[in-house]
Amino acid sequence: MGLPLTIKETQEGLLQKKFSAVDLVDEYIARIEKNKDLNAFITVSQDIAYKQAKRIDDLVSDLGDETVKKYPLFGITVAYKDLFLTEGIRTTAGSKILETYIPAYSSTVVKKLESAGCLTIGKTNCDAWAHGASGENSDFGPTKNPWNKKYVPGGSSSGSVVSVAANLSLIATGTDTGGSIREPASFCGVFGLKPTYGAVSRYGIVAMASSLDSVGHFARTTEDIEKIFNITKGEDGYDGTVVSNKYKESSIKPRLRIGIPKEYFIEGIDNEIEKSVLAASQVFKKTGVELVDISLPHTKYANSVYYIVQPAEVSSNLGRYDGIRYGYERSAFGDEAKRRIMLGTYVLSAGYYDAYYLKAMKVRSKIIEDFETAFDKVDAIITPVSPTAAFKLGEKSSDPLKMYLADIFTVSANLAGIPGLAIPFGFNKTGLPLGFQLVGQRFSEPTLFALGKLFQKALDYKPVIAYV
Amino acid sequence: MANLSKSDIEHVAKLAKLSLTSGQVEKFKSQLSEVVNYVSQLNEVDTSDTQATSQTTGLENVKRDDEIKTGNCLSQEQALSGTGKNHNGYFVVPGILEERTDK
Repeated sequence: MGLPLTIKETQEGLLQKKFSAVDLVDEYIARIEKNKDLNAFITVSQDIAYKQAKRIDDLVSDLGDETVKKYPLFGITVAYKDLFLTEGIRTTAGSKILETYIPAYSSTVVKKLESAGCLTIGKTNCDAWAHGASGENSDFGPTKNPWNKKYVPGGSSSGSVVSVAANLSLIATGTDTGGSIREPASFCGVFGLKPTYGAVSRYGIVAMASSLDSVGHFARTTEDIEKIFNITKGEDGYDGTVVSNKYKESSIKPRLRIGIPKEYFIEGIDNEIEKSVLAASQVFKKTGVELVDISLPHTKYANSVYYIVQPAEVSSNLGRYDGIRYGYERSAFGDEAKRRIMLGTYVLSAGYYDAYYLKAMKVRSKIIEDFETAFDKVDAIITPVSPTAAFKLGEKSSDPLKMYLADIFTVSANLAGIPGLAIPFGFNKTGLPLGFQLVGQRFSEPTLFALGKLFQKALDYKPVIAYV
Repeated sequence: MANLSKSDIEHVAKLAKLSLTSGQVEKFKSQLSEVVNYVSQLNEVDTSDTQATSQTTGLENVKRDDEIKTGNCLSQEQALSGTGKNHNGYFVVPGILEERTDK
């Protein structure tokens, strides 16, 4: 059977009895099995998926067209990055430390998606503790890019993005601390949303860097990204950073302005990437969007700020893994986790705190000021997601600093707490996907969605999947 | 150039409760020095009049009523479900005190 590619197609097919939810699970499980070499999943939860699918089939029989009102995501298979706690299903964070950890409760996002009618197809591979830009830091082996298996899919949400790109699940969740949703989305040709910091609850998700972590997802259209976000966002009472009331008046201006920041088109950026982003901005221009040249002068410092603040917070968050209440002892940490814990401990230690950590927090303010000034003039900013398209497996894995530089265009949004939407746009000469990101002010997701839909309409965009 | 020494690495590893092999000490010494040198570019930025940002929400003192939500509490059995080492319903932890031998 031909699998549907969007939420709408899935739900129409279920209502028209073209297929049942159980049929869908059959097909996704078969595809996951057939594409095992991609190494996208750490755990496949077929028993739970079938149980949920049978319930959805019963609900559709009982409620018919009304199903969507009570269960807006009924029948939608979701693959969770293995950082999301799932009650009764092993959750590893991609690390051997949690190899046998079975959570006693589910994260808020998992609960919300399940209540909305989603089917849990499995838990996806990722760089251990979400540390990485390639997926290669997973203790369960690297994930492969489905467009070309010699290349990385991006990271850290490597298995999640591959599950969507290779159609092993309809949607997938991810976390984005410095680009871990947007970069893989761009490397694999799917849409990825990093929401505003404080839009989606982090409760029950393995913490990486708490002032930067945001919880988002992958899908194949802006419409689907928006539908999922409407379910996952909002207060749950368990994450003090989340505020619900910011999206009530979502009036989109009739004529939107997109800023093009000169600091993102620098030496070292791949020529095809630069051309693609500029071509995308011309697509927006044709739809009536005004393009404005802007400057974000502190852009070049963002990665340095990030590689102080992030490891500092990592060293604190990973302090809890003592092997006493659950998981294995600290000796089971992989090299990358050890590096970040030590780097963070160093910049926070006596004698270095002011020089590194405090300094970074101050430059962080400068980066935020840059964005505030820019958003006086524009409604969104278009930038490349990464300086290159997907790179080869092993190309950067022996040089941590080289790997860290893959994050230079994505970390600013995390430092400023603003949302970013990665949008796929064409392919390079090697046949690997290209794309760009739109970032906006805090709580401006509705504007980003409006722009994403404009872009799709202008191109008559059809969702694509890798032929594997 | 801020080059980390072998003793810096050992000190930091001790603070972070990580045990390293001598090979790892050498490897991390050069890798962390490289990253620390890279991030030292921040010294170029004048921040004399800039406040530090630790979080971006603008929220302060988020509170809730001091009530127990029983639906959100783990049972003793659930709380212990992640460990193989428990005793009479408690976690077993490594000893930090030793029995006195002088009495």
